Amino acid sequence: MTQDLRYSALKKTPFHSRTSMASRTNKYYNWNGYTVPTEYSTTELEYTAARNGTSVMDLTPMGKYEITGDHAHRFVDYLVTRDLSEMKDNTVAYIIWCNEDGKVIDDGTIFKFSSTKFMLCCAVKIYNWLNDSAYGFDVSISDVTDTIAALAIQGPTSCSTLKKFGATDLEKLKPFEMREYKIDGFNILISRTGFTGDLGYELWTDPKNAETTWDNIEIAGKELKLRPFGMHALEMTRIEAGFIQTNTDFMAAEDSLRPTRMRSPYEIGMGWLVHLNKNSYFVGKKALKKEKEENTTERCLVGLDIDGDKPAHGSVIYNSKKEDIGIVTAALWSPIMKKNIALASLKRPYGIKIKENIFAEIYHPEELEYRKIWARCKVVKRQFFNPERRNKVPADLYE
Amino acid sequence: MPKNTHDVIVVGAGHNGLTAASYMAKAGLDVVVLEKNDWIGGAAVSRELYPGWKYSNCSYVCSLLRPEIMRDLELYKYGLQIIPYEGSATMMKNGDYYTHYHDHDMTINSIRRHSHKDAEAYERYSRDVLRQCKIIKPLLKMTPPDLTSFKPKDLFGALEFAKHFAAKDELDGLGEKEIYETIRFYTMSIRDYLEEYFESEITKAHLAGSAIIGTALGPCSPGSAYVLLHHYMGEVDGSVGSWGYARGGMGSITQAMMGCLKDHGGEVKPSSEVTNVITKNGKAIGVATQNGDEYYAKKIVSNLDVKRTFLKITEEKDLPDDFVRSVKNFKIRGSSGKLNIALDALPDFPCIPEGDPGGGGDMHFTETIEEMEGAYDDWKRGEWSRNPYVDMCIPSKSDPTMAEPGKHYMSVFIQYVPFNLANGGWNEERKQEFGRHIVDCISEFSPNFKDLINHYEVRTPLELENEVGLTEGNIFQGELTMDQLMFNRPVPGYAQYRTPLKNMYICSSSTHPGGGVMGAPGANAAREVLLDMNVPQKGNYY
Repeated sequence: MTQDLRYSALKKTPFHSRTSMASRTNKYYNWNGYTVPTEYSTTELEYTAARNGTSVMDLTPMGKYEITGDHAHRFVDYLVTRDLSEMKDNTVAYIIWCNEDGKVIDDGTIFKFSSTKFMLCCAVKIYNWLNDSAYGFDVSISDVTDTIAALAIQGPTSCSTLKKFGATDLEKLKPFEMREYKIDGFNILISRTGFTGDLGYELWTDPKNAETTWDNIEIAGKELKLRPFGMHALEMTRIEAGFIQTNTDFMAAEDSLRPTRMRSPYEIGMGWLVHLNKNSYFVGKKALKKEKEENTTERCLVGLDIDGDKPAHGSVIYNSKKEDIGIVTAALWSPIMKKNIALASLKRPYGIKIKENIFAEIYHPEELEYRKIWARCKVVKRQFFNPERRNKVPADLYE
Repeated sequence: MPKNTHDVIVVGAGHNGLTAASYMAKAGLDVVVLEKNDWIGGAAVSRELYPGWKYSNCSYVCSLLRPEIMRDLELYKYGLQIIPYEGSATMMKNGDYYTHYHDHDMTINSIRRHSHKDAEAYERYSRDVLRQCKIIKPLLKMTPPDLTSFKPKDLFGALEFAKHFAAKDELDGLGEKEIYETIRFYTMSIRDYLEEYFESEITKAHLAGSAIIGTALGPCSPGSAYVLLHHYMGEVDGSVGSWGYARGGMGSITQAMMGCLKDHGGEVKPSSEVTNVITKNGKAIGVATQNGDEYYAKKIVSNLDVKRTFLKITEEKDLPDDFVRSVKNFKIRGSSGKLNIALDALPDFPCIPEGDPGGGGDMHFTETIEEMEGAYDDWKRGEWSRNPYVDMCIPSKSDPTMAEPGKHYMSVFIQYVPFNLANGGWNEERKQEFGRHIVDCISEFSPNFKDLINHYEVRTPLELENEVGLTEGNIFQGELTMDQLMFNRPVPGYAQYRTPLKNMYICSSSTHPGGGVMGAPGANAAREVLLDMNVPQKGNYY
């Protein structure tokens, strides 16, 4: 299925015939060069499906790169800050990677099939970065974004939906594990991963199998409160889960026009993924070690629990002296928690040592006028919502 | 007091002369502009040489003209409008093509057809070049500091310059690494620069075009990367690097400037070629023209290139010897030619699919950097390029004022064409032979092109010198290499628009920030004149 891309701006995913049929709103946006729905019917209902039933999202535009070769494992371990030397086959790991200055390029997930075959999924385009970094390694890198169709199947009933679809024993799969299935004659890889912070899976298959898979999952989830789910609803769930989004919560180092906008992992709450004592070298290690030793980290990314019910989109954050100490990168009125939450990038020591007397200036639009709200904020854990079912094994079933 | 006395005389009614004159008139001075031709505009003109068709005879597209100048001089009021164009294309001999668009994603998809790696590298490349544009932007408006001077103004200027170089305001400051990158960029060849990003020949060739237009450097010559920046640092309404057409041709720019000048009491005199600067006690006090008139003023501002200004209209006895020697050594080598063509209909370019916006802007057919370098090799031998790099566009596709509906005006810029043609130099016959050669080259990509031609004007560097007054026909009024840029432009020690001759100034593209229809040299020079005359300055530019 090749598309004629001459003088066209955006590509269609292999699910386009189905997603466009499911879309009642005709609202689309550009994700990584593909047309995908922002909203199918009502964002609130789509969001609810992810926390109540099963939500299905076309994940194909996500950057996918296959890394194969004798040095694949060594290369991946060199690329990322996390110690992956002990990573087992058929597991997935959450990772970040940095440039040589220790500034974050992107976050993503790495899938290990064997020590000679990996798949990396991420938001930004890094084909060049992977190739440049692979200098001296016996690996080959291919961009499989177009050749693998992907769906996110998330929500409390997602395991049941997929079991009905044909994924036997899926409930036994632990978080960050993956398994190959053969369903309707096609290989389908299912991983227990996702971006909603809930029970959920991601499904990877041949684009030729995309439409059939979509149709059969819809049938399987019919009684399990299944709904297709667009980008807006995903944004809501990922904020609740405290997941960060590249070029929203921080600027990718390779995309920043202004060098001062680049962030180290410690500045975006990803210090836990930096293993400075891992045996082998990794890109950015020297710079990160220096930053840690000299304690030169300038900012932090924190969760805020904000007074009132008006989301603090793009708000500037102030201390009690009304000095500018940071900015909100993502904000949401959380329907499930009934809380006004936000992710914010703050200048240290605010957010780390000073967690009190922090205020958001919220401009709330009200019929061509703005109401200016001065709202008190509490610094809280970024993972706002973390239900037990998310990591439960066996996974909850509705049968 | 003698007759014809003014506050300021500007020599040459090109865009920089008119910009300087307008700023000074707006500040309340009595300004007269003297122009040798019986039309005005210098190299920014629209002339109807064949009934029904308007040509942008010299410069043909607009991007560099500073928006602050357009705003200060309210050029919209006097009829100036810039029409952005949608794309650009390089046609390939195998029938394929390569395109860039106004839309970023369309460009990425287009590059991906040729190389996946290049499509992704283009994002990094765009960021890096945009960074360079942001760095240079505030420098354009500055009078370059004299780095050997200890005057507070120069010390402060040097600091200011360093601050801009580190992009303190524009980009919140750069790190060491980015500053080193800038220095490398200014001195590299475009081939070496592009090879750090791209693998496919067609991508490199398409992008390298901007680095050779107007210059006597080849794509492998060090310093050519800067020429690319010089073509990228403009903008159309904030879209950095975009180009557009001036509605009504490039003459609309100078006509609008003249409108502004006249509205503020200034005067333009065509057919008044200045033959010499009149001096008294080592000071410039006026000028004499070909027709025997004399004009006197407190200040004289020359919009001629530095060679014409000091080797033609000024006497050597009025200037320091070392200065004259530097001016003689100034590199101003002509390397470009042009064809302006009146077409009966839109020619077919079968490589570019119908409706593809890539064909809406500049079109080319040079597929590799090697071909480009080969074109340059011909120039070095004093020949026009047998396989030239051309920058073709059809402004009438977007601009309804250039020709009747359905008819078209095509502008073809040609690189490389020597000023000193080997084996006897230019004559009418060889000029026509050159024109026919270019028409043949284009016909290879457009089967019906020749049949549609009603008339064409051929311009060699010789015409550009004789008619427009550009020495050797160099379109930038001096090569854009580091030895002739910023504090070195036009010559070291005299980069602040003042000259060794008291009361004489220079505002042409031979001064910082250099060539192109930018207006910045004119506005910068006006600022210095106003400073020296203690006239308060106002406007967005200053």
